[in-house]
Amino acid sequence: MTASYLCIGCPLGCRLEVDDDPGGDILEVRGFSCRKGKEFAAQEHVDPRRSVTTTVALLGADLCRLPVKTAATVPKALVRDVCRALRAVRVIAPVQAGQVVLHDVLGTGVDVVATRAVAAG
Amino acid sequence: MISDRPHLLRSEYDVAIVGGGPAGLGAAVAAREAGAQRVLVVDRDTEAGGVLLQCIHSGFGLHRFGEELTGPEYAQRVLCEALDDGVDVVTEAFVLDVAADHALTIASPRHGVVTVQARATVLAMGARERTHSAIRIPGDRPAGVFTAGLAQRLVNIDGVLPGRRVAILGSGDIGLIMARRLTLEGVEVVGVFELLPHPNGLSRNIVQCLHDFDIPLHLSTTVVGIHGRDRIQRVTVAPVDETLQPLMQRAWEVPCDTLLVSVGLIPENELSQQLRLRIDPATMGPVVASTMETSRDGLFACGNVVHIHDLVDFVSAEAELAGRHAGRYATGQATPADNVRLLPGANVGYCVPHTVSTDRDHVVYLRVRTMFDPCLLRLRTPDGTVVHERKLRYVAPAEMVNLKLRPALLQGFHGDSLIVEVVPR
Ligand SMILES: Cc1cc2nc3c(=O)[nH]c(=O)nc-3n(C[C@H](O)[C@H](O)[C@H](O)COP(=O)(O)OP(=O)(O)OC[C@H]3O[C@@H](n4cnc5c(N)ncnc54)[C@H](O)[C@@H]3O)c2cc1C
Ligand code: SF4
Repeated sequence: MTASYLCIGCPLGCRLEVDDDPGGDILEVRGFSCRKGKEFAAQEHVDPRRSVTTTVALLGADLCRLPVKTAATVPKALVRDVCRALRAVRVIAPVQAGQVVLHDVLGTGVDVVATRAVAAG
Repeated sequence: MISDRPHLLRSEYDVAIVGGGPAGLGAAVAAREAGAQRVLVVDRDTEAGGVLLQCIHSGFGLHRFGEELTGPEYAQRVLCEALDDGVDVVTEAFVLDVAADHALTIASPRHGVVTVQARATVLAMGARERTHSAIRIPGDRPAGVFTAGLAQRLVNIDGVLPGRRVAILGSGDIGLIMARRLTLEGVEVVGVFELLPHPNGLSRNIVQCLHDFDIPLHLSTTVVGIHGRDRIQRVTVAPVDETLQPLMQRAWEVPCDTLLVSVGLIPENELSQQLRLRIDPATMGPVVASTMETSRDGLFACGNVVHIHDLVDFVSAEAELAGRHAGRYATGQATPADNVRLLPGANVGYCVPHTVSTDRDHVVYLRVRTMFDPCLLRLRTPDGTVVHERKLRYVAPAEMVNLKLRPALLQGFHGDSLIVEVVPR
């Protein structure tokens, strides 16, 4: 079977194709222009994953929302749940960029970290 | 961070920069490197960083930093570079005017209305959103119509949701990013409606913002009516024919309380117009030489104020050029001159810079008018002699093309203008 994907690795957006056998083992990956695309296709075929960016509530600063991201990718199916889990999080300023705001979100082993610094206001 | 630093404002500078987004901050660092001692960046917002601060998604810096950063991370890097370099960054200050001798009139609550004397100036005011097509939609004028960028600011900075059920007009990147952003905040996005037969944003955003969340994209479709008394209750959408005229007999109603309009950006050119700079009607930004100098001596420009960039990395590259030459100009070093005009030809909407030289390296940015699969990017003389040709795999209006121009490519060319065109292969 051949499955096709659009690479999200960079703005080029290469059209990728993955051939697998009936057992699900990947036989060939085509269409990539770089190693990142090849890896993306193989990953997307068996276990699609995404990084998540959103904001959490911030207290004690001029700013009321703190932008955050997952420090690594999480399973695509969990993206909405990660955001839901983050709705309960409240961070108090000051905040350092890269500071962990939620450890091991939903048992994925991935931390959620701040993407900017905010001084106490 | 900026709030930790004094808001120092001296009365004299070598280079003064209007706007503290990635363009302004990048130009400041380059001006310092070129020998300018005192460099000032002025921004009207409470913090420097520009539009990146509200772009919390990732997708920035792949070219420049070799990794994918979020907007705030990119902004923080360029801001720290500028501050560490000794650049004065003054926020909550609005530049009202730049006189011919580079005296800047600045208004701010902290300093009042003051005049700062510079030797060279860089314009880096960024862009604003187009709204005209929203205004032309017939029907009621209820609350609930937002530009996508304003909605982005509301959600990401102010923590306010624009509505509960949202339709999006236009498939530009900002609209696509907002479709995902609102979905993740629990808002229902009923669909993205694009007038043209192809999406206007990057394909990676079609995948990760729409497909991932099963948000429908309706191509060759537009909003033809807005209905509701105080607040939007529904919009009417209709498919369009090849001439982009709506087919009203096939129109349908979409219940929603919010309409986001994402139909592109235009350079923030109020100041450029007030200064009577030469403006390119195609970019709506100032005409610039290869040094990024505008039609006024010592006045340079870079970033979205010149033309709309889809990647901040190219904004930073352009800023470096503008800053370097502003720094050289301010310190009395020679700035190189151009000897060739670049003119957009077949299927090319515009090219920037507007002039180049045959003896230095340049990067020319251009936008095509229509989509092509394999095609040729060609430089020719007005009488038809082909000077240089390059094969391209794929071009689209939504994706800026860059052409590296080296003296070797122009060997044997002795004219004063070159036409840049993109033709099918
Ligand atoms: C919503 C959105 C999403 C984007 N997504 C991506 C992406 O995923 N990846 C990517 O690489 N690029 C992306 N871009 C593009 C990139 O962010 C921009 O190209 C870049 O930020 C432009 O930088 P700039 O410095 O020219 O303008 P801006 O960032 O707009 O900065 C201009 C600054 O000038 C200030 N200013 C204006 N007028 C005055 C005045 N008279 N006095 C004082 N200050 C003034 C403003 O306050 C502002 O801070 C996106 C852009 C937008 C708008
Ligand atoms: S394959 Fe490589 S070049 Fe092509 S889109 Fe993916 S990351 Fe970009």
